[in-house]
Amino acid sequence: MNNCITLRQAQVNQKLRICSVGAQGELGRRIRDMGLMPGVEVTVVGKAPLRDPVALRLRDFTLTLRNSEADHIVVELVEG
Amino acid sequence: METLVQEHSMTIGLSGNPNCGKTTMFNALTGSHQHVGNWPGVTVVTKMGHARVGSGATSQEVDIVDLPGTYSLTAYSEEEKAARNFLINTRPAAVIDVMNADALERNLYLAVQILELGVPLVLALNMMDEVRKHGKDIDTALLTKLTGCPAIETVARSGKGKQELLDAAFLLAKDRNGRWDPLVISYGPDLDPVLAEMEAIITKAGELVGQVPPRWVGIKILEGDESIINRCREANPEVAARLEALVAKVSEHLGRTLRASPDAIIADYRYGYITGIARQVVRYPKVDAERIRLSDRMDQVLTHQLAGPLVMALVIYLVYILTFKAGALPMEMVQDAFAWLGKTAEAAMPDGLLRSLVVSGVIAGVGGVLGFVPLIMIMFFLISALEDSGYVARMAYMLDRVFRIFGLHGTSVLPFIVAGGIAGGCAVPGVMATRALRSPKEKLATLLVTPFMTCGAKVPVFLMLAAAFFPGSEAGVMSLVTLTAWVAALLVAKLLRSTVVKGESTPFVMELPPYRMPTLSGLCIHTWERSWDYMRKAGTTILAISVLLWAAMTFPGLPADRATAFDAREAAVQEQIDAAKAQGQEASALEEALKQVGADRSEEALKASAAGRAGVALESVSHLAGFNWRVNIALVGGLAAKEVIVSTLGTAYSLGEIDTEDAEPLSRLMAADPSFPRSAALALIIFVILYAPCSVTIVTMARESSWKWAVFAMTFNTSLAFVAAVAVFQTARLFS
Repeated sequence: MNNCITLRQAQVNQKLRICSVGAQGELGRRIRDMGLMPGVEVTVVGKAPLRDPVALRLRDFTLTLRNSEADHIVVELVEG
Repeated sequence: METLVQEHSMTIGLSGNPNCGKTTMFNALTGSHQHVGNWPGVTVVTKMGHARVGSGATSQEVDIVDLPGTYSLTAYSEEEKAARNFLINTRPAAVIDVMNADALERNLYLAVQILELGVPLVLALNMMDEVRKHGKDIDTALLTKLTGCPAIETVARSGKGKQELLDAAFLLAKDRNGRWDPLVISYGPDLDPVLAEMEAIITKAGELVGQVPPRWVGIKILEGDESIINRCREANPEVAARLEALVAKVSEHLGRTLRASPDAIIADYRYGYITGIARQVVRYPKVDAERIRLSDRMDQVLTHQLAGPLVMALVIYLVYILTFKAGALPMEMVQDAFAWLGKTAEAAMPDGLLRSLVVSGVIAGVGGVLGFVPLIMIMFFLISALEDSGYVARMAYMLDRVFRIFGLHGTSVLPFIVAGGIAGGCAVPGVMATRALRSPKEKLATLLVTPFMTCGAKVPVFLMLAAAFFPGSEAGVMSLVTLTAWVAALLVAKLLRSTVVKGESTPFVMELPPYRMPTLSGLCIHTWERSWDYMRKAGTTILAISVLLWAAMTFPGLPADRATAFDAREAAVQEQIDAAKAQGQEASALEEALKQVGADRSEEALKASAAGRAGVALESVSHLAGFNWRVNIALVGGLAAKEVIVSTLGTAYSLGEIDTEDAEPLSRLMAADPSFPRSAALALIIFVILYAPCSVTIVTMARESSWKWAVFAMTFNTSLAFVAAVAVFQTARLFS
């Protein structure tokens, strides 16, 4: 768990794997509904012109979320 | 809004994620025979249509109900509640889950939840063309075997597979004959025993939440679903307490051992179940992970840090220009047609109250509503195109950071622009454009402040005042007015979001669907639906308001002695004209004088009307903002439509009928009026920016939210406008 960072800190085009989702309640539910679950691989594919929100690429689709929401998601870098 | 009722013995529901092609599929299945309305007990608008299923003698018509697009069946949003209540209360014979097969796993998440409820389900693997294009392969037969649901490959855009889909749903409905067959998923060693215990308690207690599987109720309570928990408490408080105690115990245990809540664990296992299916069913024969999709390449430009906003500004500008340029001609034609109708009626009917009612009340009122239709149609066509192409999601993404400061959503930009964020829009389509917002609080706040924008009908008021009091700097005044409108809208939105529309911002977690070319038929159906809705419903209410305002500005009319006095003056001038003509002299000066008598009469009649008396009475308050009775009447008239402000001022200043587009004589008169100084003109500009929206907008706001909020907008905006106008007037007076 040493190389774990929050999703907000991730750079564009880094390959990441979700370690945990800390959000509760509605936000947590919405994050899970969209398939952001521990173990899922994601890539930050872009940031909005004001660096917030961010666009995330999952294997089959792209979604966006705000930095304040990304704070609840802990990710680790995937090598290669 | 119309209440939808079942029309045929069999009802088939259409569910699916947003952006999965569900609406396109609904259109393909039902053609153009659709009703828009509310399903009983549900606030979210749903659509119902019909389709013919089966063949030969056994074929029959079925109702198809389009459920709101959702990712899940929890009860966090109105859409989810609507979809779920439909399934539970209506118990459709079968449900077709339209899935974006290109994102099968995420789409199965909703399907599995429907299956846990036990509803007979058919899977429509939509967008199979995209799946193949992306080098994927889906084993449909295996999917059917693993889920127990018929799976049909479809391409909704071309209608491919739609008949097979209907047939499969029909067969399944016949076969299951109303029987629900819930799917049972294991939720692991911690939750399964608790669920079994809860299931036993619920089964023994009997129906707590309608005819749904006991285990499903248990799952919902474990997920912390407020709506189900409340229904249990109402049905049987004692049982509900026992169930909640079980949940509290296991939650505490899970929190201690796994540091997770039951709903997270449930989602985890559900995804585990789905991943197991997807891994077997989806194959990637051409593994091409590094290949960047076309859509992503487009995003590299369209959401680029610099190019993105520029392109967006251009797109917004184009929508605006196209709507109002292309809409100008048909709008003019409709208005001309009504003007002609008004003239014809005027010529055909004898002078009197009835003629006045028909011409000024009915024809002008209906014309006022229908005049907007071309604009609404073009605007909705363009916005539907932007929505269907996936661009609106990008706009929200790029602008969210700015709008969030004010408690709004990135998508709020669209209504603002259409309503006159660039001077000259129209608040009616603007308010209707708030439908693109999925988050209820942000939508409401946007809807309430959208009418501040400088709509086309307000522009002549500002131009007239600018010409009168700030000659030579009309353009500067207009720019300042537009800017003020934006600042006011954003600040008031912030104020509303921290008071009456308070609450956390809705999570932004939002899909960026791949760019897709919209289908023409889909756009036409959307456009027609929304325009017809507007014409039919707004027309009736607005007609009533229009007649009411006509009456207020007509009755009780001149007192008999004043009317006789004017008759005498008119007769005297007419006599002089006749005498001059008999002697072969020019009588143009006298004819002018006759017109002036008529205009004076109109002015006095207006002052004597209910609206006029109100205007005079209001002077005692409105003098604080520098408004005289003439301005007051015009502002009251502006409640019907803002165009009326300039023409009413004309009548009140004894100009007779004046041309709204060329109000130069009015400008001169107002500039010369000692009772209306420049400081009052400034206050009037502020007041017109902020005060109550016109009647058409009010009715539209009520239809998009509720009458409560429409009335709120009317009173709040007017109070705010008055306070601002008084502040401006009193400050400006100090400096002049």
